Amino acid sequence: MASRKFFYLIVSLCMLIGGLMTYHRHITFEVPWLPGEKRQIWSIEGKVELDAVGEPVSVSLALPSTQQGFTRLTETTASLAYGLSFVDEPGDYRAIWTKREASGHQEMYYKVDFLVDPKAVDIYQPEAPQTLYTEYPEPYQTAAKHLIEQTRQLSADAYSFTRELLKALTDTSSSNQNIDLLLGYKPLNQLTVDLLNNAEVPARIVRGLRLEDGRRRQTLTEYIQVFQDEYEWQIFNLATGQQGRPANTLLWESNGNSLLEVQGGQHSRVSFSMLLQDRSARSAVAPKIQSADLLNFSIDSLPLEEQALFKGILLIPIGVLIVVLLRVLVGLKTSGTFMPVLIAVAFMQTSLVTGLVGFLLVVGTGLIIRGYLSHLNLLLVSRISAVIITVIGIISIFSVLSFSIGLTEGLKITFFPMIILSWTIERMSVLWEEEGPKEVLLQGGGSLAVAVLAYLAMNNEYVRHLTFNFLGIQLIILGIILLLGNYTGYRLLELRRFSPLANKDD
Amino acid sequence: MFSSFSSPFKLARKGIMGMNQRNIGYIARYNPRKLFPLVDNKLKTKIIAERDQVTVPQLIGTVRTQHDVNSVVDILREHPGFVIKPAKGSGGKGILVISKQEDGNFFKPSGSVASEEDVKRHCSNILAGLFSLGGSADVAVIEALIEFDPCFEGFSFEGVPDVRVIVFQGYPVMAMMRLSTAASDGKANLHQGAVGVGIDIGTGKALHAVQFDRPVSEHPDTGRVLSELAVPHWERLLELSASCYEMSGLGYLGTDMVLDQSNGPMLLELNARPGLAIQIANGEGILPRLRMVEKLKRDGIEHSPQERVEFSKQQFSRL
Repeated sequence: MASRKFFYLIVSLCMLIGGLMTYHRHITFEVPWLPGEKRQIWSIEGKVELDAVGEPVSVSLALPSTQQGFTRLTETTASLAYGLSFVDEPGDYRAIWTKREASGHQEMYYKVDFLVDPKAVDIYQPEAPQTLYTEYPEPYQTAAKHLIEQTRQLSADAYSFTRELLKALTDTSSSNQNIDLLLGYKPLNQLTVDLLNNAEVPARIVRGLRLEDGRRRQTLTEYIQVFQDEYEWQIFNLATGQQGRPANTLLWESNGNSLLEVQGGQHSRVSFSMLLQDRSARSAVAPKIQSADLLNFSIDSLPLEEQALFKGILLIPIGVLIVVLLRVLVGLKTSGTFMPVLIAVAFMQTSLVTGLVGFLLVVGTGLIIRGYLSHLNLLLVSRISAVIITVIGIISIFSVLSFSIGLTEGLKITFFPMIILSWTIERMSVLWEEEGPKEVLLQGGGSLAVAVLAYLAMNNEYVRHLTFNFLGIQLIILGIILLLGNYTGYRLLELRRFSPLANKDD
Repeated sequence: MFSSFSSPFKLARKGIMGMNQRNIGYIARYNPRKLFPLVDNKLKTKIIAERDQVTVPQLIGTVRTQHDVNSVVDILREHPGFVIKPAKGSGGKGILVISKQEDGNFFKPSGSVASEEDVKRHCSNILAGLFSLGGSADVAVIEALIEFDPCFEGFSFEGVPDVRVIVFQGYPVMAMMRLSTAASDGKANLHQGAVGVGIDIGTGKALHAVQFDRPVSEHPDTGRVLSELAVPHWERLLELSASCYEMSGLGYLGTDMVLDQSNGPMLLELNARPGLAIQIANGEGILPRLRMVEKLKRDGIEHSPQERVEFSKQQFSRL
């Protein structure tokens, strides 16, 4: 009984690991369960323009990173004969274009794809800024102090302080002399940061891009980033005082760095255009998977040609599972245990109808010729070899014939595994001699039925998607097959076979 | 359509064993794999049977190489009737029965003629492994033809009727007689259309008969009433089959016995994977009997072959 326990342990381990691998892949890499699921991708193009003055030009643009709600996929740049380097320091990711000499209007492009990704998190935690006290000249100093004191009374912490402050600053219904005075002295964004810093609340201006499909020549919107403590921060909308990240907004720069630095040029500006694309989930996440590390054991790391090969190989366990199910649970007779799987693999290449017709033609013709060979009194190996050559001959003749009458479908017949076909012919022929045509029909039909079922399962879009994307599925199939190997119940056809026995004396 | 299927619970209640349960619960558990060659190779079976003085049909000769095939006819000329079979054949495949020779021609029991060439080709096919499991090279075994007991006259069409006894842990648990028919082409295989007659373990008399898994009462070709069938020398036959347990070491064994006119019961061959049709022929599931023997073994009771036959005759008699 101990060995039984061990067996169930192995089976549950297979299932568990397989399940976890599958789930992990779904969660971490967001490989969808179903094929054809669409994911949204924002394609954003940033355009830097400047007028060069004939000196060395250096342009440094802050770039966005993967953040809450968005995963960065691919990025490309374009410029006219500029040297380009990416500087990826923590919290300060920039593209730097350089050129020894340039004059006139210059343009540089930066294009990036962001996947709308509810599971994405900030990959970099911005540092809280120092709260430097900003001294205002009178009478602004008094007004500012007064406003801070007033707001402090109404608030409990950094966030509520910010909310109250923004409410006071943007409230247009009740005019307040102090506020009007201050807003006349400094613009709202700078004033808010100064007041927050003076109240010892770490805050800074950050820039976000409002994402709207098909928009062009957009600029960044400024937001206030307020730190509750070193690790916790919130975004506040300057215009409305709304707390939290605004929807559909990509934070372009959130670490207090400059957006654009230009040397050797003037009238520089940066504008953005964007496009929302629906892509199949699989291709949308492909770059994300590819960039993953070694631990992410997946076929995606292989070259495309090998991937295509594996696509086929990984389907074979499905065919094998079908064979096991039909033999153990149903009790279908087949000629050669796994021959149907090989036939099904051939069907995948030829398509079902062509495959069936081709199979019947080759095996039928082969049986007739094999019938003659049996009169020649040959040794088994020679006879099967002769059958193999005959099968090749039949396949060639059918290919040429079908091609010359314009049926290119017929060429697909070459996909059949010839050795397997020859053995099938040999077995069927012996079966015919010994047990008669009925048994040939029974076993041949059984094999074909299993092959067709295996083909239908292996050719199913969902099955293909799951087996190719989730290697864990293989372990689950292994577990199921192990369990089926332990099944001692009746087969479906036995229920009929033994039915006279069951109904006796009732 | 569905009325022809019965509920699995009903089958289980009747103690009917299915193929999966046979494979896992009995063959895999009681038949050590390394003993399989003893029964899968009829030549080896013959050797151990002679060692243990179990009666078997007389061995005329063997054909081991393609070269031997040319000289085989000379040996065969000395025997009017003989059987050529592959040593590793299964399911009755590749068995050629010649009942008489006339004018240099060989005659099958059906009356059809086999030429010298046909016999030689049959031997080559056996050597090449056409009938053996997995197509491995094989040896042709030539045995003397069994002159079957005339008491079976009319119960069999052309072929030799044989008695299959399932021996579990040395206890004969179930038996049936296999009668060849025109449909089975003189062969004794039930799935080819031979009639299976359940034989009462206690008395050796017919219980119930089936063809193609469906009940019959008369032999389809000769019209003889099957319930009149009674196997002579029954006690001796059971003892012989029970002793095959010690001889082969296999716990779940199918023994195929024939009744020779002069020599009485003889062991024809052993089968390590006996089929399930015997349950249909007996009209009864085999599991309760197997469990009874398993319980005996659990209780640590050891019996000699004679005691085992006595036990079986008492417990499993249905008449």
